[in-house]
Amino acid sequence: MSRDDLEQLQLERLQSTLYRVGTHVPFYRKKFAELKVNYDDFKSLDDLRRLPFTIKQDLRDNYPYGLFAVPQRDIVRIHSSSGTTGLATVVGYSRNDLKNWSDLVARVLTGAGVTQDDVIQIAFGYGLFTGGFGLHYGAERLGASVIPISAGNTKRQIQIMQDFKTTALVCTPSYALIMADTMMEMGVNPNGLSLRVGLFGAEPWSEAMRKEINEKLGIRATDNYGLSEVMGPGVAGECEECNGLHINEDHFLMEIIDPETLEPVAPGEVGELVVTTLTKEAFPMIRYRTRDLTRLITEQCPCGRTFNRMQRIIGRTDDMLIIKGVNVFPIQIESVLFDIEGTQPHYQIIIERINHNDQITVEVEVNEAIFFDQVRKQRELMELIKSRLVSELGIGVNVKLVEEKTLQRSLGKSQRVVDRREL
Amino acid sequence: MLKIRNLDAGYGKLRVLKNISLHVDGGEIVTMIGANGAGKTTLLSTVIGLVSPAKGEIFFLDRDCRKLNSQHIVAGGCVLVPEGRQVFATMSVEENLILGGYVLQKKEGKKAVLKEMAHQYELFPVLQERKGQLAGTLSGGEQQMLAMGRALMSRPRLVMMDEPSTGLAPLVVRDIFQVIVRLRDEGNTVLLVEQNAKAALSIADRGYVLETGKIILQGPAEDLLANHDVQRAYLGREKIE
Repeated sequence: MSRDDLEQLQLERLQSTLYRVGTHVPFYRKKFAELKVNYDDFKSLDDLRRLPFTIKQDLRDNYPYGLFAVPQRDIVRIHSSSGTTGLATVVGYSRNDLKNWSDLVARVLTGAGVTQDDVIQIAFGYGLFTGGFGLHYGAERLGASVIPISAGNTKRQIQIMQDFKTTALVCTPSYALIMADTMMEMGVNPNGLSLRVGLFGAEPWSEAMRKEINEKLGIRATDNYGLSEVMGPGVAGECEECNGLHINEDHFLMEIIDPETLEPVAPGEVGELVVTTLTKEAFPMIRYRTRDLTRLITEQCPCGRTFNRMQRIIGRTDDMLIIKGVNVFPIQIESVLFDIEGTQPHYQIIIERINHNDQITVEVEVNEAIFFDQVRKQRELMELIKSRLVSELGIGVNVKLVEEKTLQRSLGKSQRVVDRREL
Repeated sequence: MLKIRNLDAGYGKLRVLKNISLHVDGGEIVTMIGANGAGKTTLLSTVIGLVSPAKGEIFFLDRDCRKLNSQHIVAGGCVLVPEGRQVFATMSVEENLILGGYVLQKKEGKKAVLKEMAHQYELFPVLQERKGQLAGTLSGGEQQMLAMGRALMSRPRLVMMDEPSTGLAPLVVRDIFQVIVRLRDEGNTVLLVEQNAKAALSIADRGYVLETGKIILQGPAEDLLANHDVQRAYLGREKIE
């Protein structure tokens, strides 16, 4: 599809979406009136900038059904956000929405190299969280064999992975590593499994973590992106090049803005991702501020897909830590740890304020071997981590080595940051 | 093939079409459904050059149509099968077809016209049976077929049809729509304007819903058929669930 054809389609879909939210959703009708936005005069995609943003608080203020654009009887599914950062929000789907959702997730799966011949183990939680059902319906749409195992019971996951000859794994990246560890404990050799590809999402992760997963599980780990407020999984996903996530631009319009000034950033710059849905019937979203930080990649991808890509999420505007005035993203710390021999992929960042002074402590699990060894080696490792973190972050960091499996594990999204400051 | 952006058009001070954007790709049937007075005919008249647009862009095969007269638009490959057939009543069926082949004859000569006429007779056998008959004496369905055959005589790239089902018996409508599907399957492109939303959506690939001059919905035809708003407004039924 040429860029011009795509923009034509986006404009048509945007115009009818604006008409529908402007007439059916009181929240938007009011907001459009306040800002004197007349959607009749909406001529180009650039006009999007005249429209108001929607933020998470708007969803909460309209809890539960206030932002639905169709009557209740047209709603056939209700999901709720995972509530990583506070109160849950509610989203609804019409029959057509579910069909589009399945198609888009199937597209992401195809991009990652999954086919109807694959046996796909979906270890996302099933339930209100969009991850499980989203991937499930997409995988069925594709014709793959779906194992709806849901999250948890890691040993059983691995047993089933062995017995059912799972070829594709869907879960959070941190859970993939927990599985790898559990395999070691169980004496299961990952190379003996049929597993060949993984689709990981629902939490930010790093390139280093991808490498770790690839090595430990002997697979190709791919990233995919979605959020329940705009649909769930299926918004964007990596192709086999594993270099940026192709955005499903025929259904979503993406902007990258400066979270401070709210103005668009220069092309290719990092900023906050803002999403407008183009085809959602039940729950359209206009300029939803995701709080996710990324940048757009407009260069043609070697895979041949013409949809623009977004870089993997490099952090969130709201998990950005400000320590001694310096912006720190947990993902930066993760990258450093993954690069250091002897550390485990489990860590925790603790921030405290002592005598008005912010202190950041990174607790990291290390190989058992190091604890059996001399104290000197421990100290060397600690100093290494410290110096690497200082050069990465530009601030002093305390490092604490802890024994394996002493930090709390999570089966879903990891809680890596403990902020004990009272801000 | 056809790309319309932010089109405003009307008659005098009356703004009938408001900020219309739509496109038709090669090889698809796209339908525009809507009630009486929604602006469907105005849209087709604007594309074919009978009504000049107040604002917006119309591109047909990457050529800007606003600068062209109707005859050039037709010669460029875009034809209209008008509402109410508008066949030349006092001329024979064959004469009507020959008139439709005017553009083709200028371009490729008489032989091409005869060949194209044979193709129309194959598509609509009833026209061949009645080729000497005056067009005005044909039944409504036959006149519709003649109007379509006449338009196809120019070997167009895009066929626009304005309410081909008007005033026809359901069985005849079915025949007409089957011909439209066949045209698409033979590689033609069709923009079909209809009040008979159910019939149109069931043969179309994509659709647009026009209401008081605005496009309020668009999407794959099957999605529109399943959409409850469309069902309530145009299909005269609503599934009770």
